[in-house]
Amino acid sequence: MDVSQYLEIFLDETKEHLQSLNTEILNLEQDPENADTINEIFRAAHSLKGMAGTMGYKRMQALTHDMENVFSEVRNGTIKVKGNMIDILFQCLDALEEYTNTIQESGDEGTNDNAALIKLLNDVLDSKGTDAAAPAEVQQAEKAINTAGENEAGKKWLDIKFDDTQKRVLREALRQGKKVYGVTVKVQETCILKAARAFLVFKALEDLGEIIISDPPVQDIEDERFELDFSLIFISDCSLDKVMKAVKNVSEIENVQGAVIESDKMQDIVGSMENNEMIYDAGQEVQETAETQAAERNSSQSLQQTGAKHNEKKNQVSKPVVNRTVRVDIEKLDVLMNLVSELIIAKNSLVSASSGERGNNTVFNEQIEYLESVTTNLHESVMKVRMVPIESVVNKFPRMIRDLSKKLNKKMELYMSGEETELDRTVVDEIGDPLMHLLRNAADHGLESGAVRKQKGKPEAGSIFLDAYQDGNNVIIEVRDDGAGIDTESVKAKAISKGVITAEQGENMTEQEIVNLLFHAGFSTSEVVSDVSGRGVGLDVVKSKIEALSGEVEVKSKLGVGSTWTIRLPLTLAIIQALMVDVGNEKYAISLGSIQTIEDIAPEEIKTVQNKEVIHLRGIVIPLIRLSGVLDVASKKSPEDNMTVVIVKKGDRMAGLVVDELMGQQEIVIKSLGRYITKCKIISGATILGDGEVALILDTNALF
Amino acid sequence: MEELKVDMESETTQFIVVRLGEEQYGIDIKYVDNIVRMQHITRVPKVQTYLKGVINLRGEVIPVMSIRTKMELPEDEYEKSTRIIILKMEQQGNIGVIVDEVKEVVTLNNSQIEKVSYDSKEEKDNFIFAIGKYEDGGLVSLLDLNAVVVDKESV
Repeated sequence: MDVSQYLEIFLDETKEHLQSLNTEILNLEQDPENADTINEIFRAAHSLKGMAGTMGYKRMQALTHDMENVFSEVRNGTIKVKGNMIDILFQCLDALEEYTNTIQESGDEGTNDNAALIKLLNDVLDSKGTDAAAPAEVQQAEKAINTAGENEAGKKWLDIKFDDTQKRVLREALRQGKKVYGVTVKVQETCILKAARAFLVFKALEDLGEIIISDPPVQDIEDERFELDFSLIFISDCSLDKVMKAVKNVSEIENVQGAVIESDKMQDIVGSMENNEMIYDAGQEVQETAETQAAERNSSQSLQQTGAKHNEKKNQVSKPVVNRTVRVDIEKLDVLMNLVSELIIAKNSLVSASSGERGNNTVFNEQIEYLESVTTNLHESVMKVRMVPIESVVNKFPRMIRDLSKKLNKKMELYMSGEETELDRTVVDEIGDPLMHLLRNAADHGLESGAVRKQKGKPEAGSIFLDAYQDGNNVIIEVRDDGAGIDTESVKAKAISKGVITAEQGENMTEQEIVNLLFHAGFSTSEVVSDVSGRGVGLDVVKSKIEALSGEVEVKSKLGVGSTWTIRLPLTLAIIQALMVDVGNEKYAISLGSIQTIEDIAPEEIKTVQNKEVIHLRGIVIPLIRLSGVLDVASKKSPEDNMTVVIVKKGDRMAGLVVDELMGQQEIVIKSLGRYITKCKIISGATILGDGEVALILDTNALF
Repeated sequence: MEELKVDMESETTQFIVVRLGEEQYGIDIKYVDNIVRMQHITRVPKVQTYLKGVINLRGEVIPVMSIRTKMELPEDEYEKSTRIIILKMEQQGNIGVIVDEVKEVVTLNNSQIEKVSYDSKEEKDNFIFAIGKYEDGGLVSLLDLNAVVVDKESV
């Protein structure tokens, strides 16, 4: 079978399942008894196995199969969750991820059998006997479940319990010499209308006889509140063969398990239940005579309990969620975005064409305004489509911190908030590495070792926080730790010894400036180079990566209290509102988001502080930046003229940009300058104006 | 505006012959995306001198460089015949180069292309990878476009 067309879906879904396994296994470590978690893990592992099998990746399938075995034992309670088991499971996930990556690159799963891992898994499985330190009875019961589970795989109808009325009906049926069947029907995983299929099964059976009871109850089945299988007890005159055939005739049924319930066994069940007081005795009696049956009932009862739990959970979780999303290739969205950009450019040129004859033709102007509002809305909608929550990036971090914690032998916890914060897809894809780097840094350099922390009166386990939130047109992501903070003296010493700064320079630097040295290329403060961080290629890469996304990164630190790394990213990358300005007859765009106010300043208001021009504005001293100087053009204005100053802010700092002329506000489409023009840090991109001319976009953040 | 379609079916190579000053240079046609007339170039501050700025090519912002500045020839004088040849480079994307005139398209087979070897010390000025010989005996220098567009200072 040619499965290559499904490869992409396979990869996507595998990654999703791996992620959910990672998350859930982490949960399991915290809360080993949580049945929901175990079930979720089991389901994900099972799907993975199925998918790998379908795609013909035998090695992957083998590994997932063994993992599933372990999960299945955990679910049955035969194996207790222990630390080293979690480690092995994580190793398995890593191996699976490796398979996935290999498949993505080469289309083939590679030749690594991971035999060692599989052996470890089997060791875990073998250890189940010693694990069960529970009282003997429980153990026996568990064993019983086990054998029941193994021998009667799929025959879930054995778990069905009857009430008095049903028992009466059964007895009556037996007396009449009718046959009682237990049937378990499994629908295919791909089946879309499970309830409809189940209904058809019921209908087919009702033609042949009478359905006494079903599990889950009929109402639940009708509401599609069941997973893939349902069981029922059925009375009929027909042969088993005929019953099975009738069910199999319904399409999308994967398999049917059915058997005649022997009348003596039936008698046992029904009879023993007759007198409630007798249950226990009867149970014992049977145990003596027919051990397996007792085991079966024991198992059926305890399974019933877990089954009940299961149902409860299902009611919460698997409420029929109608999937109203569509997977769209990001490239298609890019094309759409480009088209919207073109549209906005075309609209802008219409606006500039109409401005000449404004007033002459009001209908035309009205239509232009209408077009303007439509394109703006269209742009916003397309933008929203491209937004994805950062969750997809950050949800791999808890696992990473856990691994780091073991590796570094430090206790630490990661607290995350704001995972639902949305960012442009392109940004989300790129932000993972820098964040990972900052977190590793926090874990490795930031947090002290447990002993030091105790000494300082801090809790032994360090805390790392990852918070994301929206702030105006920006998204802020903060990585915070309660570790040692940055020792500015040691940073300074290091910087001097590395030749980044001279000793004299060091004397005059503020604390903040010293902290910023950390972002300098080739700088690493860790005395010991570890494989976690400290290769000296860290923070400068983080900085340049974030700057490539038009964002910025800042660090604030207090010695002994901790450090906070703040990443500020623009919400959108493609289209912004900008103020167009003229400097020496060249047009430049300044993002409206960074503009505070626009001031008209007389030349005599300019003061000089430390040889730098500043203005004093409403109690704040703001440095002046003459754009004509920065951009190497001659200003059109004479020095005596009043100056137009655009006040921009970066974080809590401000600066005044001196421009020649304001040309108005405009929606601009940001275009990259390409890979040839990289030296110019103060230009973040270009845009095409209504008249077809190219205008450059000033990166005001780079001017500070 | 004239558009030239890439044609690579035979073992021969087609070159666009351009004029820079008094000399003729050949540009492998497979790199040529487009040839446009001289238009307004928006200057970009603080970049290498040979990067003249950016132009708008049907909604795309394309950087434009001067081969003359790069090869340390006299500055460009923009005339009626001046053209911008948009090159499609595999790695760095599109870039425009300014030439004085586009003369013709020639087809040379492999025997007509004579590779030139350079003393490695002179590598900085090495913008030519071969000499093309016309059947009538004329010669044309074939430009090594990767060397032309690469930024030597940053390497």
